[in-house]
Amino acid sequence: MAANFPTQEQVQGGIGATEPGHDHAHHDEHHEQGFLSKYVFSTDHKYIAKQFLITGIFWAIIGGALSSLFRLQLGWPEATLEWLKPLLGKWIEAGKLNPEFYLALVTMHGTIMVFFVLTAGLSGTFSNFLIPLQIGARDMASGFMNMLSYWFFFGSSVVMFASLFIETGPAAAGWTIYPPLSALPQAIAGSGAGQTLWLVSMALFIISQLLGGVNYITTVINLRTQGMSMSKLPLTIWAFFLTAILGLLSFPVLFSAALLLIFDRSFGTSFFLSDIYIAGQALPNTGGSPILFQHLFWFLGHPEVYIVIMPAMGMVSEILATNARKPVFGYRAMIGSLLGISLLSFIVWAHHMFVTGMNPFLGSVFMFLTLIIAVPSAVKVFNWLATLWRGNIRFTTAMLFSIGFVSLFIAGGLTGIVLGNAALDIQLHNTYFVVAHFHLVMGSSAFFGLWAGVYHWFPKMFGRMMDEKLGYLHFWLTFAGVYLVFLPMHYVGIAGFPRRYYAWTGFDTFSQFADLNKFISVAAIIAFLGQFIFIFNFFYSIWRGRRATENPWNSTTLEWTTPVIPGHGNWPGDIPAVHRWPYDYSKPGAEEDFIPQTVPYSQTQSSNLPYEKEME
Amino acid sequence: MTTLSIVLVLALLLVVFGLLFRLQILTSIFSGSSNREVGVSNRVNAILFMVFLIGGGAWFAWSFVENFDRMNPPIASVHGLATDKMFWGSMAVLGVAFVLTQVLLFWYSYRYQHKDNRRAFFFPHNNKIEVIWTLIPAIVMAALVFAGWKEWTRITGPAPKDAVVLEIMGKQFNWLVRYPGRDQKLGVVNYRLIDAVNEFGFDLSDQNGVDDFTAGEIHVPKGHPVLLRIRSRDVLHSVYMPNFRVQMYAVPGMPTKFWFTPTKTTDEMRAQTGNPNFTYELACNQICGRGHFAMKMSIIVDEPDDYVAWFTKQKSFSEQNPEVLASFKQKSDKLVDKAPATPAAAAVVTPTAAKASL
Repeated sequence: MAANFPTQEQVQGGIGATEPGHDHAHHDEHHEQGFLSKYVFSTDHKYIAKQFLITGIFWAIIGGALSSLFRLQLGWPEATLEWLKPLLGKWIEAGKLNPEFYLALVTMHGTIMVFFVLTAGLSGTFSNFLIPLQIGARDMASGFMNMLSYWFFFGSSVVMFASLFIETGPAAAGWTIYPPLSALPQAIAGSGAGQTLWLVSMALFIISQLLGGVNYITTVINLRTQGMSMSKLPLTIWAFFLTAILGLLSFPVLFSAALLLIFDRSFGTSFFLSDIYIAGQALPNTGGSPILFQHLFWFLGHPEVYIVIMPAMGMVSEILATNARKPVFGYRAMIGSLLGISLLSFIVWAHHMFVTGMNPFLGSVFMFLTLIIAVPSAVKVFNWLATLWRGNIRFTTAMLFSIGFVSLFIAGGLTGIVLGNAALDIQLHNTYFVVAHFHLVMGSSAFFGLWAGVYHWFPKMFGRMMDEKLGYLHFWLTFAGVYLVFLPMHYVGIAGFPRRYYAWTGFDTFSQFADLNKFISVAAIIAFLGQFIFIFNFFYSIWRGRRATENPWNSTTLEWTTPVIPGHGNWPGDIPAVHRWPYDYSKPGAEEDFIPQTVPYSQTQSSNLPYEKEME
Repeated sequence: MTTLSIVLVLALLLVVFGLLFRLQILTSIFSGSSNREVGVSNRVNAILFMVFLIGGGAWFAWSFVENFDRMNPPIASVHGLATDKMFWGSMAVLGVAFVLTQVLLFWYSYRYQHKDNRRAFFFPHNNKIEVIWTLIPAIVMAALVFAGWKEWTRITGPAPKDAVVLEIMGKQFNWLVRYPGRDQKLGVVNYRLIDAVNEFGFDLSDQNGVDDFTAGEIHVPKGHPVLLRIRSRDVLHSVYMPNFRVQMYAVPGMPTKFWFTPTKTTDEMRAQTGNPNFTYELACNQICGRGHFAMKMSIIVDEPDDYVAWFTKQKSFSEQNPEVLASFKQKSDKLVDKAPATPAAAAVVTPTAAKASL
């Protein structure tokens, strides 16, 4: 899938970049070992990042394709889908999609997008790629653990992918896999072998996350170059650092929930099961609580949405500053709000459970905590706006996606304030309003952050530039597509349409909006097809793109001081020392409109601020 | 044949796109624009942001107004009126924030697009501004939370003592409903007693359950508090009544509840909406399996008198299923050795009892 990438060498050869410690002649077919350790079981953080990225792209195509399938069903509930029979086989019954398979589609779409694309694909790619490069380290603290992290993810991917093809179908209880539905194969066929594979895959995935997370945290704490204090770190690193802490503290709880669910499914325990009569039979389980599972799940599940969005926030801050040619506004407030979000994200989980029968007093507490988290998020938005104000903006593709990110984050974030209000959540819980909300604020926004990151750091990854014109096309198509899909979805949600419905045609209450649903489906499928522009651009540019320079965006951070394609160890000579914060853009008195972090104050006397004079 | 031609057309389209793409690269190389750091496309993108703001904003406004009537399910409960007011109130506040921030975002993008002769303004931070824009959202948030919290405690507070009680049980894939009968007490049920006839798992050795009756649709009286006792017998379900703004999960092993006061009878709602077939509906709103999307039950809001009339007409479960009652009698006979079993009071519910229940 992602492992093989033999042509990087050609790129390097073609450009003639210096790559210390590498003799290309050693890499021919007769040296299996060398090939394997370079292209497959690599311990180089940059290589592992590319492995995560390409696996993530693979999963994003699968996840997007699944959504197009169920949007076909929702847009045209009466149409025959017989033409999909060559692809879906027995899941098309008499020209109709099997309703259980529909549920499997939404379940797998959610699982794939949240975990495999936006957690592993986003944080896995950029934490790996940028942490050592931006803090000035030769590699991760443990290259071996880092390699294991990818290969556990790969194993987890193989298991999850295999589950798509088994006879009883993949897991179908929703991506939140609430028991008892997920615990009882009698309840839905997907809760048989499909759910077992789902749980095994997630267990592997969590191991991968923990191996990666421990590494990111250790690296940021211990391996910063000389002068790189925590208050000189780019915001990207702060975001990756806090994301890793969040993951390290919350993923084990999901692991425990999965483990208990495995016990309930296979060994007859009753952690989540009680008083159940199903398929003509009363089950012996008593005393368990399905709500306990929800608490455990959302204890990860809520930090998870910040695990998804914080790396995007970090990268967007960096890209906005670079391309507005301005320091990011309120650097310390940005770090403070990241810290605030990280802390609060652990104590808001039960806002997913207002109407589950949880004690209403608990609901009140979580409502208060939830709405507090809107404050640091608002601060971030204002600071991004202030960063653009009186800038000198270059619209690179990465910049377009970063501006798009801010727009989508606002649009999706604001409705969270309504959903966090327990009294309003009674009506809106599990409707399309929720679907629209989280697809904007964590789905699309995080995707925009991912694209921004790919377009921005592509030159450093592959030594070539992506095509800008195709990038513009990709951006405008996607930006419009996202709004066309998710704005009308709010209307459908306000009208109370429940999510995970195969069709609404059975209800008078949900008889309107067949037209809007068709519209949403058309927009979603076009936006999905538009992503192939990106995929073409990505792979084409790896081999045929315009050659990059060392620092194509005139950026200040350390990664741009490396060779066009950094080799093992990242810097050919000594690791550069850092003298200043990462956002000295357009400093008055400076010759250029950017001063790299490696330039000492003694060389910039004309632009030094009063308090910087003493550091000359 | 059609498949082949579709594939052929697609392939040709791809070739055309590929050629256009190459052409674009070559022209940009020959025109030298690939070497310029900031070219014409910078201006084009800046303009597109304005186009997007104005065009997108207009489309949003139009589609919102166009669909507004359809997106508000008619309200028929006391607390629903309050939460709907709060919903649109919150949305108005958020709408202002939305428009303000989006306009600034797009306007700044356009206004501060790259100019060769300009330099960005070095403005790393300003504590005063930052404190202000931390405090403003905090205050607005506090107001919204407080309003929400007050409403939430009212809605989830204890039901009035005189509330009409009924029980809704979710199962794959329909709803079962049970009323307490004349004694106003729901009898004991036990999931181990469930079978094809005794779907609720009535334990009729409990006298309270003997006059309980089940129903194929939900009847509730207008203007009177209704307490729903909710349970599930297999997986999670959610009792969702959009018109009453009611939602509560049905959880196996953990009975839940929700109370509300209906404000409009079904007939009144038919007149108001102009739809002679209007029916209040109960939907399942928590994924529960293959038939999740079809778990529907009708709800009828009656005038109190009609409700009483309906209530008195119902026959208890034990009366309709004497063999189930008999089996419990046998069991208790066996258990209590020859002790005289109390005569089953499977009486027809009297009108006075039903009135008393109101």
